[in-house]
Amino acid sequence: MNRLDALRGTTPPKPHDARAIAALAANPGCARRALLDGAGIDKDATARHLGFPAPFGQSPFAITRGNAFEALVKADGCAELLRMLRELLELPVAEVAYHDVENVGAHLRHAHTRALFDRAARDEHDSGTIYDHPLLGLEIAGHVAYLEPDVVAFQLGGRFHIVEIKSFAVIDGQADPAAVAAAARQAAVYVLALRRMLRELGHDPLRVAHDVVLVCPENFANRPVATLVDVRRQLAVLERQLSRMTGLDRLVEGLPEELTFDLLPGEDGLPTRPAAELADALRRTTARYAPDCLSTCDLCFFCRDEARQEGACDLLGRQVRDELGGVASVEEALGLADGTRAPAEGQEEIARLLRNAERLRRECLA
Amino acid sequence: MSLLTSLARLRALEEGIAQPIATVRHCHLSERPMVLIPLRMSGEAAAPLAAMLGTRRDDPRLLVVTQPRNRDLRFAWTADLAAELLPYIGSFLAGTETVERKNADPYERVLDAPQILVPNQAGIAFVRLLGRSTRFRRADGPYPVPETVPLLGRWLTYFGERAAHPGSSLMTAATEELGRHWASGQSGLEDANLAALMAWITTGPSDDAEDPLVWPPAGPATDPGFDAEVLATAIEAGAAERITEALRGQLEPTWRLMWQAVDLLRGLPEGASVEQRWEQDRGSFSAMAAHIAEGAPPQARRDGAVAAASRLARMERAQAAYEVQRAYDDPLVMAEYRLTGEAFAGEVVETEPEHSEGEGRSRKLRPLVVVKTDDPVRLAPGTALGTPQRRAQGAQLVEARDGLVTVKITKGMGRGKTPAPGSVPEVGERVCYTSLTDDFQGSPALPEAEATPWTHGGPPREYTPSDEDALEEWS
Repeated sequence: MNRLDALRGTTPPKPHDARAIAALAANPGCARRALLDGAGIDKDATARHLGFPAPFGQSPFAITRGNAFEALVKADGCAELLRMLRELLELPVAEVAYHDVENVGAHLRHAHTRALFDRAARDEHDSGTIYDHPLLGLEIAGHVAYLEPDVVAFQLGGRFHIVEIKSFAVIDGQADPAAVAAAARQAAVYVLALRRMLRELGHDPLRVAHDVVLVCPENFANRPVATLVDVRRQLAVLERQLSRMTGLDRLVEGLPEELTFDLLPGEDGLPTRPAAELADALRRTTARYAPDCLSTCDLCFFCRDEARQEGACDLLGRQVRDELGGVASVEEALGLADGTRAPAEGQEEIARLLRNAERLRRECLA
Repeated sequence: MSLLTSLARLRALEEGIAQPIATVRHCHLSERPMVLIPLRMSGEAAAPLAAMLGTRRDDPRLLVVTQPRNRDLRFAWTADLAAELLPYIGSFLAGTETVERKNADPYERVLDAPQILVPNQAGIAFVRLLGRSTRFRRADGPYPVPETVPLLGRWLTYFGERAAHPGSSLMTAATEELGRHWASGQSGLEDANLAALMAWITTGPSDDAEDPLVWPPAGPATDPGFDAEVLATAIEAGAAERITEALRGQLEPTWRLMWQAVDLLRGLPEGASVEQRWEQDRGSFSAMAAHIAEGAPPQARRDGAVAAASRLARMERAQAAYEVQRAYDDPLVMAEYRLTGEAFAGEVVETEPEHSEGEGRSRKLRPLVVVKTDDPVRLAPGTALGTPQRRAQGAQLVEARDGLVTVKITKGMGRGKTPAPGSVPEVGERVCYTSLTDDFQGSPALPEAEATPWTHGGPPREYTPSDEDALEEWS
């Protein structure tokens, strides 16, 4: 058995979505997350079993609204989507074929997606195609992760565009910057996956446009509006982070032979592994907690708790950590500030600043 | 964030309680603030679900949209909100003072202005969007709404935009103001949770603050679990009473927290420049009221090029002034500049009050003061200095060596041969000098809107209200 499969054990694997990969690239130094994701472990179930359930949930109202909006955009063979693409890309789209890859069985879907895109890339005179739910794969640290196919790809004359349908509103041409940034990061994952697939098939990867089509509701209504978003920057970041990511094999090698994160699901699918044992197993891997994890990683509360017990400066955010450059623990930093601890080599400057800061605070609060 | 604040956060973490990072209050706090806690329907851009509001802690008003998908109920809710907020805003318009201006006509300024307090930044953003979705509605035409609705929309837009103006207190978020005065032992991200931040300041950190069953979120987003288990079933059943009571339960804990936050801030003495900034707020509010009274159209969807440039310049100036004023008002804020060498404080060890420069008619009084300081001074000779102890005074750095700084006073010591009494610090006095100065900055010369150059899109089109605007869907 593969070591990564052994880490997951008897628990069924969980496929990645683009969101998870975008988040993975956001914190590439976290070995714990890299291992769990690489092994396809259900982090949400793990966190719940540990007693640290993730703080995210989606309101049923938001889900309903999101689904209704997506259905509206895709209704009648994506008629509405096509109208927007025609205007946005200024393309003479007359007739378009519609392929829903979801109708194919899951294990065949990736191969089917490949074949469809290969054909489209060969046939320059194709009249245009919309691919719904294509299953793309992306190699992460030596292992292929399959992306949840909640995306649409559009092809005309051998050029491909990724279309992301999101239900946050664009009001007077402006949308929530955080939501747009997240959408752009996710779209970049799809662009990269599609480009790599084309390259493997022997086509020019640049035939996938770096402008993705973002479809959102306009103003306060349900009417969709399409916008081109340039994801070149996100692509560059993603590629750099993926290439920098510590090879999983090396991470796995450093682990004890018998280590596993198996939840040992019983017949009812509920975990039977003692939570304390699982927590101990997880602590054998190094996490790199940052408060940003609170919005992206299912295990955030577990890692935050760990950081608290260790008294790590990471708890206070990257900015504080950067400012303390090189001083990792709260105790150490306060020791330097109080002068009860001698600075180690390279800490002289930060120690001087901290002592000065402590003197000023005492003076002002006296 | 400065190293001083980082240190305060570390200390908070160690001691298990938030640490002060200000010694005075840097925001105005009204005698009669309007606390407003809005809730939004999940998944919608700006669909209101409920709001709890009022000016007295023992008398909150609860407004609920009992069927959030019903557009008429939504407008009825907005009209109810207007019935609460517009009289509050209007109550400040009666008392005014006449302000004389150089090179311009005098104008009327209200003696006091409204102040809206919301829990967090997201609350401010929601108020602004609510303003955007209602200000173009019309009381006549094909889809009439009560005439108070578009009026409320314009005011909410105004308050939402003014909240982005540095140092303004007309509408402000509790988490922001608390975070400016206390450093918690958690990250800035987690400080956006009002319950968590309040716990750090009052009793010490508590994981309950993140448990939506103990402390429901302070809005505008509701707890997804609440949506799924309580709200959805109640809406399904069409049980208006149940919905109302459920939302009351979600809002009441935050209502109590908001007033506790007001108490905490009120406990701090007001900074010296707060009054001046509030005066500007009063002026801005009066101008908006006059604008509406003159029958001007609602605010544009987007600023034109000239309007945007001048807004940006105004905000930059306000930001610079706000930073300087806070440092002058508060030794703990000034300490940040002392740490970086842009300010220094210490005891006067030597003075030469009658020192002068030049001969004959060009002879000028330039008193010298030597200050002994432990601060690392990083200012070049000749740097212009100001001092919080004597705000009208101007000075210049002559020399800084071995913890002794020589300062030459250049302004604010009278015109005589000897300095005016009290204008030169005495030996033994503690003083602080800084290179930060709140100098008046003129506004940039911008063309009239009608003369916007083609590079910036040419003159913006004048806004004409249309039925299309009034009809805009609100789903």
